Amino acid sequence: MTIEWGWFPDHADEMTRLTADHLATAVPAVLLGLLIALPLAVLAHRVRPLRAFVLGASNILYTIPSLAFFVLLLPVTGLTRTTAIVGLTAYTLVVLVRNTVEGLDAVPVKAREASKAMGTKPLRTLLTVELPLALPVIMAGVRVATVMSISLVSVASYIGYGGLGQLFTDGFQRNFPTPVVAGVVLTLLLALVADALLVTVQWLCTPWRRGAARPRAATSPFAKLPAALKLWKRA
Amino acid sequence: MLELLKNLASWLTSPAQWSGPEGIATRILEHLEYSVLATLAAAVIALPIGLLIGHTGRGAFLAVNLSSFGRALPTVGLVTLVFLAGGLSVWPVYVSLVALAVPVIITNTYAGMAAVDPEVKDAAKGVGLRGRQILWQVELPLALPLIMTGVRLATVQVVATATIAAYVSFGGLGRYVFDGLAQRDLVQVLGGAALVAVLAVVADLALGGLTRLLFRGRPAAAR
Repeated sequence: MTIEWGWFPDHADEMTRLTADHLATAVPAVLLGLLIALPLAVLAHRVRPLRAFVLGASNILYTIPSLAFFVLLLPVTGLTRTTAIVGLTAYTLVVLVRNTVEGLDAVPVKAREASKAMGTKPLRTLLTVELPLALPVIMAGVRVATVMSISLVSVASYIGYGGLGQLFTDGFQRNFPTPVVAGVVLTLLLALVADALLVTVQWLCTPWRRGAARPRAATSPFAKLPAALKLWKRA
Repeated sequence: MLELLKNLASWLTSPAQWSGPEGIATRILEHLEYSVLATLAAAVIALPIGLLIGHTGRGAFLAVNLSSFGRALPTVGLVTLVFLAGGLSVWPVYVSLVALAVPVIITNTYAGMAAVDPEVKDAAKGVGLRGRQILWQVELPLALPLIMTGVRLATVQVVATATIAAYVSFGGLGRYVFDGLAQRDLVQVLGGAALVAVLAVVADLALGGLTRLLFRGRPAAAR
């Protein structure tokens, strides 16, 4: 397999366009997924009997193959970008719903009760106490959902909205590996950059966690350095 | 829409469609062959790595990053690439399916091992168990539920993704999806897609049943 390096500069425009196209499918899918998953998860968290149903339903969505999903949607939404977005959205739900429920479950009871005792209304408690405290777990879900969506967009190339996945079909049909390599590398890069961006967003949104010592730090050999220095000075 | 469902039902239930070398029964067997072999190969590769990382506590960083790398790797791209590099053989299918399943199994195995209570491991050491005995008799049984979850997740993904075999001219249920797309025959596409979905759900339920069977004697919380 030989890669023709000259192909890359010649197709810079195409790669930029396909990257933008890729994002135009993946980003709305995650946002839409979040919009659906948040209320569903809050409901599943508050109303116990609904919990198993909501989690089970989102699990079943996950077992439908991504390609099959797009195809099943064809009679409803046709060969449009909507099909690609809706298909990906359904895929993100399993991760987003599960993580949001888990995040809400992990909110300390004391924080919730303190908010209640101060006379805060339930909705306000949810928005200002519970969701912010659940944010790290929710964001972990958003990161997984985003990376997954970016990787899955290429499957939608069968219906013409594959973004960088179009390069796979192109290379496959012409028996020409260079665009395929470009597509794989660009998809990986896009996922990497999106993930890094989300980590930054999370860092900006949770200022109260920045000072907290990570569990890793406790086991690092340098964690004991200050104490060791103190002992050394005393001696 | 109703017409379509009716056609779909008759496609799925016609006896002629089920028999013969290109019938649904054969396609299901082919699909299962790809899926089972790929998942087994992935388990053989991933389980020892996951257990080693979990037991020694080394390489956890690798496990976490490998999983997000695996999620980001587009399977369609991978299968096309291996196909173009290696020519017409069934290898691209297996390579991409194994690459899909390995990270899932490694991360879950590691997560299961990491979740074992350190006090239990200390107690095992305290009563004189050696490293390998702790791994086999204490850590592995306790981590098994999460490991099985990983295998289940991987299986569902592999069954769902094995449709790509048809993309590089092999069989399996993906045949109906790709042929249907090429022939603009929506009924065939939908039939294939529905069969794959059912197969994925059945595989998930079967492994779930197996897990329950394995942990029959355990309290519910440990499952």
